Amino acid sequence: MLAFIARRLAQSILVMAVVSAVAFSLFNFVGDPVNNMVGQDATRERRAEIRLQLGLDDPIPVQYVRFIGNMLQGDFGVSYRIKQPVDQLILERLPATLELVFVSAIISLVVGIVAGVYTGIHRNSWISRSILSSSLIGVSLPTFIIGIALIYIFAVHLRWLPSSGRAGTIDFGWWKTSLLSLEGWRSIVLPAITLSLFQLTMILRLVRAEMMEVMQTDFIKFARARGLSERAINYGHALRNTLVPVITIIGLNIGGLIAFSVITETVFQWPGTGLMFIQAVDFVDVPIMSAYLVFVAILFVVINLVVDLLYAAVDPRIRIGNG
Amino acid sequence: MTNLTPSQNTTRFARFMDSDVLHSFLRSPSAMIAAFITLIFILAALFAPLLAPYNPFDPSQISLWDGKLPPSFAEGGDERFFLGTDNQGRDMLSTILYGGRLSIIVGLAAVFLGMFLGVTLGIVSGYLGGTFDAVIMRIADVQLTIPGILLAILINGIGRAFLPVDIRDEFAIYVVIIAIGLSDWPQFARITRGATLVEANKEYIASARVIGLPSWLIMMRHLLPNVLRPVLVLATLGLATAIISEATLSFLGQGIPPTTPSLGTLIRVGNEFLFSGLWWITLFPAIALVILVFSVNLFGDWLRDALNPKLR
Repeated sequence: MLAFIARRLAQSILVMAVVSAVAFSLFNFVGDPVNNMVGQDATRERRAEIRLQLGLDDPIPVQYVRFIGNMLQGDFGVSYRIKQPVDQLILERLPATLELVFVSAIISLVVGIVAGVYTGIHRNSWISRSILSSSLIGVSLPTFIIGIALIYIFAVHLRWLPSSGRAGTIDFGWWKTSLLSLEGWRSIVLPAITLSLFQLTMILRLVRAEMMEVMQTDFIKFARARGLSERAINYGHALRNTLVPVITIIGLNIGGLIAFSVITETVFQWPGTGLMFIQAVDFVDVPIMSAYLVFVAILFVVINLVVDLLYAAVDPRIRIGNG
Repeated sequence: MTNLTPSQNTTRFARFMDSDVLHSFLRSPSAMIAAFITLIFILAALFAPLLAPYNPFDPSQISLWDGKLPPSFAEGGDERFFLGTDNQGRDMLSTILYGGRLSIIVGLAAVFLGMFLGVTLGIVSGYLGGTFDAVIMRIADVQLTIPGILLAILINGIGRAFLPVDIRDEFAIYVVIIAIGLSDWPQFARITRGATLVEANKEYIASARVIGLPSWLIMMRHLLPNVLRPVLVLATLGLATAIISEATLSFLGQGIPPTTPSLGTLIRVGNEFLFSGLWWITLFPAIALVILVFSVNLFGDWLRDALNPKLR
């Protein structure tokens, strides 16, 4: 078990080294870092001073080690465009992304499991059929088109909800939440639904398939023979036995939600980290780009590490195998 | 006289006419419709310059006076422009034809890049095994845990940053192709490697080895043709994903520039006019994109079932 953990940790460190090398080369080889910081018309002395400050005359390996050192302390430099420390900018925007991901995870879980159980039990009813066929359409529609359609229907046409932005935030120190006011909820509903649809269909299909399988097993037949109520059979026995694979998939899909949040945030101009990255690319704001790159890498490394370790804890074969 | 069996005696075409795949195709209405629509899109892409009523890139054919006209069948429409015009007075039907052409070209190129990388690495690691195999497959595993679209967005962003500003738009299309291609090679590599492992243990490969053929020749001549079946399915489904990825990048303003718009760029441009009620500028490219992706996906699903009866 220890060897397994050590191997996985070594692998994660390798991934982070590669990603940080990319981030470092972005920082060093895109444009002239000095020009990016002070503009074209700075004096020669000012330029030399900044070169010295950044240590741009040191050998590349020395610069790389210093870059990693700074990174480990959460120092990603100063944004070229906004002129603020990047770590602050990310921390400011992280709550928006996390709240969006959280709300859409809840939507996709609740709706996905309920609809999955229903379609798994009432396989041939017309409601099941229409749920399934509309889920097929949902899966093949690109995320941004779903977003545009929702904006057109609910913001432009019906004028029920705001079309973009994050309104009604309430401060808790550095965490600004939009989950405590009506205005905040009104602005989070559309982006959260857009983001949740893809995961929702995946969960729905998974739960449905698992339910159909479990319903065939002997213990369900025995439960029925014991005269238990339909509800007790469906939810107490069948659903509970489908949850293990569902939980695994959900764990893996948090990464997917973060990924698609880049698109959703841009469609709805939701001020999160994904929108920040897209804007940074537009202005070649390298410090933000490399910080976001490292942030995403850390996120996926941690998710994978946790899932791997959970698997190993559950399944002894992985522990002794070649993992 | 002749003792050849019919299958050896007939042409490739005749064998195809007699195959299970064609039979299953003719019995699946959804596959036929999907293939038909996909074919129409590909033909429209090929002959866009001939089919389009106007050339949207020729300034002499565009007049700002014709800007923002609704479709000819809607109220206030102009019969010269069947699907209306955009803000610059370009005919929507023509821009969609040219845009669809670009979307399909980028999608195909990206899939070919991913397929080329993946199949090459997959065959080599499956056949050689050892450290090379272990390293390549670990990289593929790590990459597979990150959603393809996120990876494409990141690679595309890095690629754009490395280009000098004045040539960024000109080379955007290649950056997009490389970004999408690099984001989907692992799937091809895994499936090819799996198929190679099965094939490599068969007798014809052993015989090829015994007569002293070099490894590269065995891989190219003998393994490659025999592992292509699953790759074909993956490539068809991958085309739909690649078209979506391109459209998404372009919609985010990170892909094909508005001067030579793809479907995604058209939707992005049209989206700005949605609030002023000019729905046709974004609706028609979006419908074209959705129909294209849906039919390619449907055809790919059928192909998967037809080529792998086990999966049914």
